[in-house]
Amino acid sequence: MSGEAEMVIRAQSLVKRFPGVTAIKDASFTVERAELFGFVGPDGAGKTTMMRMLAAVMKPDEGEIRIEGVDAVARPEDMRRRLSYMPQRFGLYEDLTVDENVRFYSDIFEVPRKLREERSARLLAASGMQDFRNRLAGQLSGGMKQKLGLTCALIHAPNIVLLDEPTTGVDPVSRRDFWRILHGLCAQGVTIVISTAYLDEAERCTRLALLHRGEIRHCETPDALRRKLPGQMIVVACDAPQLAPVVRTLSGLPGMLGVRAVGDGVRALVDNQELRIPQIDRALIAAGLSRAKVERVPTIVEDVFLALLQREAREG
Amino acid sequence: MGAANKPAVVAENLVKRFGDFTAVDHVSFSITAGEVMGFLGPNGAGKSTIMRIFCGLLRPDAGRALVAGIDLGRDPEAVRSRIGYMSQKFSLYADLTAAENLRFFADIYRVPSSEVAERMRRAIETAGLEEHAQALVSTLATGWKQRLALGCAILHRPEILFLDEPTSGVDPLARRRFWDLIHATADEGVTVLVSTHYMDEAEYCNRIALIDRGRVVALGTPRELRRDPRIGEVLVVECDDLAGAMTVLQGAPWVREVAVFGRALHVTVVDEMRTPGRLAALLRERGLQCSRIEVAEPTLEDSFVQLVGRGPVQERPRP
Amino acid sequence: MNANRVMAIARKEFLQVWRDPRSLAIALLMPLMQMFLLGYGVSLDIRNIPLCVFDQEGSQHSEALLQHFRASRYFEVAQPVHTYAALRHAIDAGKCRLAIVVPYRFSQDLSVLGRSSVQAIADATDSNTATLAVGYAQAVLNAFASDVEIRWSGPQRDTLRPQPLAVESRVWFNEELESRNFIIPGLVAMIMALVGALLTSLTLSREWERGTMELLISTPVTGTELMVGKLLPYFSIGLVDATVCVLLAVFWFDVPFRGQPVTLFVTTFLFLTVVLGIGYAISASIRSQVGASQVALMLTMLPTAMLSGFTFPIDQMPRLIQGITYLVYGRYYVSILKAIFLKGSGLGDLVLPIGCLLAYALVIAAIASRQFRKSVE
Repeated sequence: MSGEAEMVIRAQSLVKRFPGVTAIKDASFTVERAELFGFVGPDGAGKTTMMRMLAAVMKPDEGEIRIEGVDAVARPEDMRRRLSYMPQRFGLYEDLTVDENVRFYSDIFEVPRKLREERSARLLAASGMQDFRNRLAGQLSGGMKQKLGLTCALIHAPNIVLLDEPTTGVDPVSRRDFWRILHGLCAQGVTIVISTAYLDEAERCTRLALLHRGEIRHCETPDALRRKLPGQMIVVACDAPQLAPVVRTLSGLPGMLGVRAVGDGVRALVDNQELRIPQIDRALIAAGLSRAKVERVPTIVEDVFLALLQREAREG
Repeated sequence: MGAANKPAVVAENLVKRFGDFTAVDHVSFSITAGEVMGFLGPNGAGKSTIMRIFCGLLRPDAGRALVAGIDLGRDPEAVRSRIGYMSQKFSLYADLTAAENLRFFADIYRVPSSEVAERMRRAIETAGLEEHAQALVSTLATGWKQRLALGCAILHRPEILFLDEPTSGVDPLARRRFWDLIHATADEGVTVLVSTHYMDEAEYCNRIALIDRGRVVALGTPRELRRDPRIGEVLVVECDDLAGAMTVLQGAPWVREVAVFGRALHVTVVDEMRTPGRLAALLRERGLQCSRIEVAEPTLEDSFVQLVGRGPVQERPRP
Repeated sequence: MNANRVMAIARKEFLQVWRDPRSLAIALLMPLMQMFLLGYGVSLDIRNIPLCVFDQEGSQHSEALLQHFRASRYFEVAQPVHTYAALRHAIDAGKCRLAIVVPYRFSQDLSVLGRSSVQAIADATDSNTATLAVGYAQAVLNAFASDVEIRWSGPQRDTLRPQPLAVESRVWFNEELESRNFIIPGLVAMIMALVGALLTSLTLSREWERGTMELLISTPVTGTELMVGKLLPYFSIGLVDATVCVLLAVFWFDVPFRGQPVTLFVTTFLFLTVVLGIGYAISASIRSQVGASQVALMLTMLPTAMLSGFTFPIDQMPRLIQGITYLVYGRYYVSILKAIFLKGSGLGDLVLPIGCLLAYALVIAAIASRQFRKSVE
């Protein structure tokens, strides 16, 4: 673990209440320099509330946030220069062109004239938007809007970038491009905090916090998270009509830590592959489902999240 | 078990143009009754146009679109009573109760009055909403709302169900429960068409049609799509100097793509370059040591990205 | 305060207004429309009041009196009536608003007693018009002979006193007693209040509703910079509107302008500060556009229309209401405008109302900047 100096964001015991619901319950975490830190969780988990508190556009009811050593709750204006925030809703001006938006934020952040032209040209080119400079922002596609948002967020070369669900609704190709840009930034030393409901994007973070109903359930690297699972994933590949019977068969077997049907098979978390796979084979044959094949597969974050939630539900 | 394996939804060389833009370019597929079919594709690829044709909202310019034997080119109206639709953010009425919503949709779809009570009861039961039937929808959690919305969409026993990103943003437990419901519905013979961007959701479909620029680029089960030979091989590379390794690999002509995944690289290579050994050799030449190089199974996203054309996507300005 | 940031915000705001058809319509079309509609439509003067005459005497004298009425531009003499019943019928049927009955002893009383009276019967369903009509009738009578008085059949049983001495009255500053001359300056004030507040009341609310404010408050921009930057374009628009309205008033409606343009500019600038400040404060307090515009209308148009002295003279209002009008910022500006237009007052003459406006502006500016908070809550 790196020393204190590398800790760019430190949040301690954050609580945020709204009428009728506690959106964030006692959350603590740290983010190190040049990390790509992800808040992952379903809608309503508290991702946006968390991001808003980090961006100091909302105050926590309890707890402390330190950003590069500055108390972000007591003195938010001191750290606004160093970070950028991209809210979940498109935050730029739809009735202004791409260029006008970039120019506006260059002025707001007091980017020196000499650097402005070069930087905006480079950023727009990296997003493939150099031919759209005179287009009104409202006429861009969803993916392009997000890239424009990112361009404006980066125009003043911040140390920290906060992105609230920047890839929601964006198609996978554009999402890949977006992540490529983000990783490029990290390589240059920028610290990125991102929130997402796409569990498969969790794999791309260097560290992630699983957020569920206002609580940080787990905060680790994707690998460590996978290792937290007590078993291994296997898949029983079969046709659609066999899905339900296979689920029934597997659910009756010992050592099954979680069973779910997907489109072309049944995924099961087993406690011990070597032991259980032959058992499964036999059970399937006995049930007349011999055409189903059993394979080992890597665990994905959805499996982890599911298993952890189920376990906690059982224990809780 | 699903209904007899007759095709419920058929597209034969379907064509649809808007001006001189071809949105649907000779698309063909066949979906059997009781199948869950996913449509994956970038925005503007033609997914929603195809969906609209099959909802009877657009007439094809050429080719045939058939739903339960009805030719949509000739008689789109006839299909309306046979389809159900569930949109992304559920079009439920927040200030009505669950039961009132069901009642409303029953009336809209003109479910015969003798059957309304029974179907409503079944919908509530399947969704697990017995205790919440009289609760206002605005007070229900997302998972409940989803299942209720599904219930509303199938009250009139449609033969075809259209789902538009039904579980994006939903927690995995609720998602799994929802898809169990969908699979059960499909088992009763309902054909389900799903339009989505969300890989975790596409995995729940029996088969997936990958659509790009108006054409079906790939069609098969999720597994078949992942193993499409056109993708190439995917290797996982773990290195201390990730950025350095990335630069080296991106320069190699037989590397299709390098993406960062946390602290590892996912490298997609052209098929011939199978061995991890060759990769390791290349990196060693440049003085880079890697702790792990393994072959990995491509993900659905890999197949999406590799199979969908990577040329400059036509950005059509919004009207 | 960072000048670059302020200008950036002003530039953005200006572009947005320019590109939004609704805002443009409010900024440019509405003032023109209001000027024409109200400039022509509103007139507190009454002309051509339909008048019925019941001449019981039918003498040379009474005929001479009736000639006066016929010649007056205030009255339009309808067919004569010959019975009370016919007179009542004429009033009921709306054929006349006022009826004059010349008694059969008219000339006799005048020569023998030295004074006489005529009876006026008014349709008082509109008591304002009725009172005016009677007043005009008295004026006509006075012009005829100072010893004829009016006995008015109406709620007031008092008769008007005869005027043995002729009083020469001269109305100062608005000789023609053209109501238009004092309405239109007030109209300018009302238009500016409306336009200014409407435009600015949407400015912050719109950004909250669209989601752009959430991003903006995460930047180093300060509340003051935001306020100044946002109001600058509306200032320019307001001054342009004021100029257009004044030009219309002077060259189209022939309202005399006896003051200095500089005085007008300075006072208008002050008034705009108040009005725009109010709009901004509303926008900072209410984050929905619909709500903000409704409150803006209530806080600007209503008081300015009713209580600023624009339509109804303040000194005719009940004491309590008069006290309230001190709070109506429009009051000061309306009186300033009338003074500049009709009296030719300069800055020195208007120290008091200008001072009040200045105080108002400072208070509003303080409120407006405090209302805005850099938080999504």
